[in-house]
Amino acid sequence: MLEFLMRFLGRDPASSSKNIARERLRLVLVHDRVNVSPEVLESLKEELIQVISHYMEIDEDALEVSLNQADNSVALMANIPVLRVKRLTREPVTPR
Amino acid sequence: MGEVVVVTSGKGGVGKTTATANIGTALAALGKRVALVDTDIGLRKLDLVLGLENRIVFHLIDVTSGNCQLKQALIRDKRLDGLYFLPAAQTRDKTAVTPEQMRELSAQLKQDFDYVLIDCPAGIEQGFKNAVAGADRALVVTNPEISAVRDADRIIGLLEASEITNSRLIVNRIRPNMVKRGNMLDVEDILDNLRIDLIGVVPEDEKILISTNRGEPAVLDSSSRAGQAFRNIARRILGEEVPFLNLEANEGWRPWFRRIFGLSNAR
Ligand SMILES: Nc1ncnc2c1ncn2[C@@H]1O[C@H](COP(=O)(O)OP(=O)(O)O)[C@@H](O)[C@H]1O
Ligand SMILES: [Mg+2]
Repeated sequence: MLEFLMRFLGRDPASSSKNIARERLRLVLVHDRVNVSPEVLESLKEELIQVISHYMEIDEDALEVSLNQADNSVALMANIPVLRVKRLTREPVTPR
Repeated sequence: MGEVVVVTSGKGGVGKTTATANIGTALAALGKRVALVDTDIGLRKLDLVLGLENRIVFHLIDVTSGNCQLKQALIRDKRLDGLYFLPAAQTRDKTAVTPEQMRELSAQLKQDFDYVLIDCPAGIEQGFKNAVAGADRALVVTNPEISAVRDADRIIGLLEASEITNSRLIVNRIRPNMVKRGNMLDVEDILDNLRIDLIGVVPEDEKILISTNRGEPAVLDSSSRAGQAFRNIARRILGEEVPFLNLEANEGWRPWFRRIFGLSNAR
């Protein structure tokens, strides 16, 4: 009932133009920042390789990292061809 | 030795020139020696906001190209002692100045003034590069609109790249009533997204238009809310701790109504 009233008064929080603007702003900035800095994606790629190589051998040249935008979210997509999985003799390396 | 502050935004029409004129005037009113430099070549406007358009003899490019001495081109404000103004050229094109020349000019002005405020043109090309060339720090102006915040983000990245740290954000043209009704981005929404600290929030104020008509910056009008916000920014630039304006005050009957019925939200 309250919700109905709020909507009636144009105060539905989710669809208020402020919230729509805030969400659109967030998405557009994620995209802009990646677009202006390919170096960031590149260094992300390098660090990914380092971490993953603890566990498996991967095809570094075929590795692809990109940010994809769906309707209302941005996803980091990584396509990492695995050549061989290492046999873990010790406990996994856990980040501190 | 003074400080060179560039006022910039990326997007046009967000209030760079208004901010430059008002903050500069407020700093001078606080007893500082201030030089305002219009670098918007071909689209001169700071002269009008300051009401100094009839006093222009030489301009920025006359100085950088050696047509005249810096002292000859600086116009003294008619109201405040320590306030000076260097106009942009209206007829020449932007490529007539180089970043190197701007660095020299800034260095020269710093010798004589406490603050040198550089009014930057819109865009991220040559005019921007010239304006930031000699700057020690930046004031980034934005409006509560997606496009303006997006451009501010871009500019902040470029400022970092040109090693101007210590940038501060001014959110201009906030309309508290629209924010309250959920129809305008609020200051938090903007700060959440930009990696930069806030130095002031300036409300939408029709006195800005009136003061521009008159050629008298709104900071000289003690009843202007935007003028008050710009005066506060000037004091924060000087290092004073000034609380942010309560933008919800003075908005008709609503605050009264809320107070009477105990509905005031603690913001
Ligand atoms: N706080 C404000 N309230 C009302 N009008 C404003 C405010 N700030 C700027 N304006 C108006 O917006 C317009 C653009 O401002 P200006 O300072 O020229 O922007 P810029 O230099 O960034 O292009 C001007 O007409 C100015 O009077
Ligand atoms: Mg301007």
